[in-house]
Amino acid sequence: MAKVLLKGNEALAEAALAAGCRFYSGYPITPQTEILEYLSWRMEDVGGEFIQAESELAGINMVLGAAAAGARALTTSSGPGFSLKQEGISYLVAADLPAVIVDVMRIGTGLGDISQGQGDYWQLTRGGGHGDYRTLVLAPDSVQENADMMAEAFDLAEKYRHPVLIASDAAIGQMIEAVEIPEFIEHDIDKFDWTIKGCKKGTEQRKIQNIYYTHPDYETYLADKYAEMEEQEQRYENIQVEDAELVLVAYGISSRVCREAVEAARAEGLKLGLIRPVTLWPFPVKAFEEAKAAKAFLTVEMNILGQMVDDVKLATCGKYPVDHYGSIFEIPEYDGIIEKAKEMLKKGEV
Amino acid sequence: MRLVAPETVTFTESGFCPGCGHGLAVRLIAEVMEEMGLSEKLLTIVDVACGSLNIDSWRFDTIMAAHGRPIATAVGVKKVRPENPVMAYIGDGAAYSIGLAETMHTALRNDNVVTVVINNSLYGMTGGQCAPTSLPGQITTSTPRGKDTKKAGMPFRVEEAFTGFDIAYLARGSMADARGMIQSKKYLQKAFEKHMNGEGFCLVELLSACPTNLNITPVKSVERIKNDMIPYFPLGEFKDKKEEE
Amino acid sequence: MAKEIICAGFGGQGILTTGMILISAGMEQDKNVLFYPSYGSEMRGGTANCTVKISDKLIASPNSKHPDILLTMNTPAIDKFEERLKPGGLLLVNSSIAPDDRTYRDDITVVKVPATDIAAEVKNPKGANLVMLGALAAHSELFSVEYMEEAIVSFFEKKGKGKFNEKNVACYRRGVEGK
Repeated sequence: MAKVLLKGNEALAEAALAAGCRFYSGYPITPQTEILEYLSWRMEDVGGEFIQAESELAGINMVLGAAAAGARALTTSSGPGFSLKQEGISYLVAADLPAVIVDVMRIGTGLGDISQGQGDYWQLTRGGGHGDYRTLVLAPDSVQENADMMAEAFDLAEKYRHPVLIASDAAIGQMIEAVEIPEFIEHDIDKFDWTIKGCKKGTEQRKIQNIYYTHPDYETYLADKYAEMEEQEQRYENIQVEDAELVLVAYGISSRVCREAVEAARAEGLKLGLIRPVTLWPFPVKAFEEAKAAKAFLTVEMNILGQMVDDVKLATCGKYPVDHYGSIFEIPEYDGIIEKAKEMLKKGEV
Repeated sequence: MRLVAPETVTFTESGFCPGCGHGLAVRLIAEVMEEMGLSEKLLTIVDVACGSLNIDSWRFDTIMAAHGRPIATAVGVKKVRPENPVMAYIGDGAAYSIGLAETMHTALRNDNVVTVVINNSLYGMTGGQCAPTSLPGQITTSTPRGKDTKKAGMPFRVEEAFTGFDIAYLARGSMADARGMIQSKKYLQKAFEKHMNGEGFCLVELLSACPTNLNITPVKSVERIKNDMIPYFPLGEFKDKKEEE
Repeated sequence: MAKEIICAGFGGQGILTTGMILISAGMEQDKNVLFYPSYGSEMRGGTANCTVKISDKLIASPNSKHPDILLTMNTPAIDKFEERLKPGGLLLVNSSIAPDDRTYRDDITVVKVPATDIAAEVKNPKGANLVMLGALAAHSELFSVEYMEEAIVSFFEKKGKGKFNEKNVACYRRGVEGK
């Protein structure tokens, strides 16, 4: 397929259809609304179901029903709306249901504002709702990845019977880039026996409920499931990490600027590298094995509290200084990152 | 009424209290399904409250959805499996309190799902608190001095709120005696017929006993339906779209 | 080649279309392209702006701190973005709207084109942005004058609006001439 110019949100929506998604229910909120608007007409074209739900709560619980019935189901939101979806995400996890939920992050706590941000890292990676769970989280850094990650997200969701979150942000969602939409694939709603379809006489009834009620060895099952995801699904991209004295750690929109920072710093002799987590959970601990020359790590995120710092400290067993370069009103600039890196190296704290 | 229960019902695994109305409702639904030849097709969505125990007392593919959300979940199911009958089975707390927005908007869209609401005038699973359906002066664990309608409002009457919507069917039956059961079964049957005809949203409310939380005997609990509940919750069909047309 | 362009003006002046034409032209030459609009409540204030990046390399940020080219179609756009222009950068001014006596930074190239008047003369009032694109092509090395014209024609054809292309090209060529 030839490249086309699409907004990140639209590319994500079209790619969801390409991945076989035929059910969407969501609620408008900037900056993810283009996904809902696009699917409001495009879903019908491909014979799927689109519902503008009365709330995010209704939207996510419709997705739960559609997923239980066998569809590849999607809902999308941003910040405040994503919080409302946590109830449903917790229930999806409890019932071992696959679904894809997108958070096009905006800035701030409470209402915050509509501009780009990366303030939902904790919510995305720590479960977000009540209970003892985490979800797989993929973080695209371009319009192309917004498209490429949809099929991967649905595949992972089905592989583990677990919801998968996409951590997009307003910048990735609103920007237009040239993108190649993946080939369309067919999804069969009867692909799995566990989906509800009607209980034939003499066969076992299908129950979609918290598996805790029925699983013969729930504790082991749960521990093993998460251990497998942590072992198998770490995804990352390392850029000039091996000889880097200071390693930047950034995902999504911030990682793009960090690439620029690495290149510019090396041009002036400063050995920067970049670890770009592609999965935010599981956090790509394996990526840090390559950082053999590192003296310190610097996360670059569009939040003020440095939400990823703890994960970097854990990944490096607390052996190195880890600092944070945050900016929330504007996307960070590469020169500011380099300045901060120099400061860290000079301070002698490393 | 027959003495043999439909094959889709087993009460050996159900955990309902003695005298509870849920068992009666399950029996009615299962009979209607059997008579309509839909037993192998029905997909049900139960709430997490007392009605959730039905996941083990019937043999229909079932989702146990979040409190107040089964109707939304049922909409999702129906869109994916339009050929199957789809029923949300919930209590009055789910339908008229925490899930009222979902109930309203499903009615507003006239989504083609059957909703069965078991109205026992209180919150059963959590131990008998005041519900939007609790009667004036009703003693509950959250209104120990009696429900004060100045603070909590009058009992929620679904027909007052919903008949203005362009929905397919709305009826209320009682499960207090044989006559009420026969009438309730007819309402359920009509709802499923309309549902299978694709006519839209059908809601059947069933007045139900809850001796445990009312702290009265099963017999007194059904008498209460007749004497105390029906005056606030009149029986009958309030919306029957086809007849109106 | 890596170029950063900010286009800004009133809503309705075709600012976003201008940006889209530029990245379409870039994409057809297999460049990396990026378009970032102003959006949401900012959009409803009546001003519109977008950032366009065209590069042989990967593009990092969607923002442009110091653009190479600033295409402005009204005065507030100049007020807002002139100081950010790279030294030696190109500022395109719609002299139908910006006052004649306005002063500009002396370390940049300022090109004034009466875009709104020209578009009116050509009887294509919505084509003022194409006049500006003509000036951009003539005064920068982003695209050749001929290629930019082809790109405009192809852009509108793909949108099913090819029938306007005669007047669109007329606007564009007047912009190249600068008068």
